[in-house]
Amino acid sequence: MIIAFEFERFAVSLFMSIQVNNLFKIYGTQRAVNNLSFEAPRGKITGFLGPNGAGKSTTMKIATGYILPTEGTVTVNGIDVVANPLDAKRIIGYLPELNPLYLDMYIKEYLRFVAKSYGFNKALVNQKVTEIIEQVGLGVEQKKKIGALSKGYRQRVGLGQALIGDPEVLILDEPTSGLDPNQIVEIREVIKHVSQDKTVILSTHIMQEVEALCDKVVLINKGNLVADESLSAFKKRLTKTTGFVLTFESPIDPQVLVDAGFNVEKRSDTSFIVDGSAANLRSGIMSVITAQDWPLTSLTQAGGSLEEIFQDLTKVDA
Amino acid sequence: MIQIFLKEVNEFLDSLIAYITIGVFLTAIGLLLWVFPETSVLDYGYASMETMFAVAPYVFVFLIPAITMRSIAEERKNGTLELLHTLPFTNLDIVLGKFFAGFFLVVFSLIPTIVYYFSINQLGNPPGNLDTSGIIGSYLGLFLLGAAFTSIGIFASSISTNQIVAFVLAAFLSFMLYAGFDSISSINVWADWSSYIDNLGMMAHYESLSRGLIDFLDIVYFLGIVVVMVLLTQMNLGFKR
Repeated sequence: MIIAFEFERFAVSLFMSIQVNNLFKIYGTQRAVNNLSFEAPRGKITGFLGPNGAGKSTTMKIATGYILPTEGTVTVNGIDVVANPLDAKRIIGYLPELNPLYLDMYIKEYLRFVAKSYGFNKALVNQKVTEIIEQVGLGVEQKKKIGALSKGYRQRVGLGQALIGDPEVLILDEPTSGLDPNQIVEIREVIKHVSQDKTVILSTHIMQEVEALCDKVVLINKGNLVADESLSAFKKRLTKTTGFVLTFESPIDPQVLVDAGFNVEKRSDTSFIVDGSAANLRSGIMSVITAQDWPLTSLTQAGGSLEEIFQDLTKVDA
Repeated sequence: MIQIFLKEVNEFLDSLIAYITIGVFLTAIGLLLWVFPETSVLDYGYASMETMFAVAPYVFVFLIPAITMRSIAEERKNGTLELLHTLPFTNLDIVLGKFFAGFFLVVFSLIPTIVYYFSINQLGNPPGNLDTSGIIGSYLGLFLLGAAFTSIGIFASSISTNQIVAFVLAAFLSFMLYAGFDSISSINVWADWSSYIDNLGMMAHYESLSRGLIDFLDIVYFLGIVVVMVLLTQMNLGFKR
């Protein structure tokens, strides 16, 4: 019984996903998206990364059916978004990057309008509106016009709009951009909470967000796929860069370190990346420094952040 | 489609658009029909609504583009068109919703003028000496004209993100289609084809309806313009992405 259930879940999960296959979008001579293929699996949050202008928004807009690809396909739960746009739109919730809203509408009026577009009946529309207002934390502001809301609350309205149709697939384009740190945490909580039985793909260039939310990372640069792997595999790239960054108050002679058996990479007269095979690298380096009485100002782990992987991977063909 | 229609009508009612439009239309028609001596029925000597039916199309040429100019242009500019496109609406839903909302406003601005029919009816000598069938035909013509102008306005609004461009284009197209062909047909060079050219324009069909002779072909002509404009707008929404 349990096995059958698990099998069914497995079979269903094959269809419950976003699949991007050999996608191209060419504007004139510019390849905004260049032969991109990846998959966002169900029940997981896929982080879609890349520098500005990498083609993230373009790809997401194609996935929602808003713009048409030059070549290639996007299927959402097995539905081709170009061939069958209306069916695809019914199961997609989308939060656009600039979060356009009808500023003259009241929050409830707007959410009702969106809910009705999914063909819900009146009772269900009202129920959904109440539910969503609760879920995205709009309770206090719910009687206001959207135009009277602060940026953070507008973002919640946008997220509510994306969620209200009870979509199986959520496409969120930089959902936390421009929010203050508290709001970012709250919005992340909401996303995490709703993501359990949905396919979520969210674009961002904030690395903490990827770490806090995502199960999988798809990194693109200039329309090309750079990395497509699980978050843990992505983080493993960290360990490729070991060693320490040393900064001194005045120039020192790095030859001493080389003679002591370390690999030294010079960044400037006062800054070096030091690496070596010694078991206890840090204390090894420290003993040399104290022996030489060098004016050390800082000693930090090299390649310690996702930012650095990001910079590393995206500057390759820059 | 119905959701877009309701949203648009709500927007008309929430903003001043509906009240200003209807107010200006009724004031203009009222002044021309009752006050200004050159056109007033009271000075005309005959109990007739001809003045209104002659002037209303020209008021529409300016008023309807003013109603429709924002419909798609504004949404495109604010980015909300992206929302509509990514919700489960077809392009035709969007265009028809907006078209019927604009047309609804046009109908609403015309309805109060029916009162004038009863007033002028009483002014006749003897009372009731009025060309009722001509008036029914004229009203039908005005509704159809309003529908055609609305569809032209929505189309113009789908071309640009700039509302002024949309307004000017819609007013120009409406005017040319209404009166332009009539004027062109009177140029001597193509005197032989004059009646064919005249028939391309709306004025010929509107006047034919105004005579009280409700010809099926005249109705088809106006509906044809609406259908063509709606389809062009729908295509335009599909192309620009």
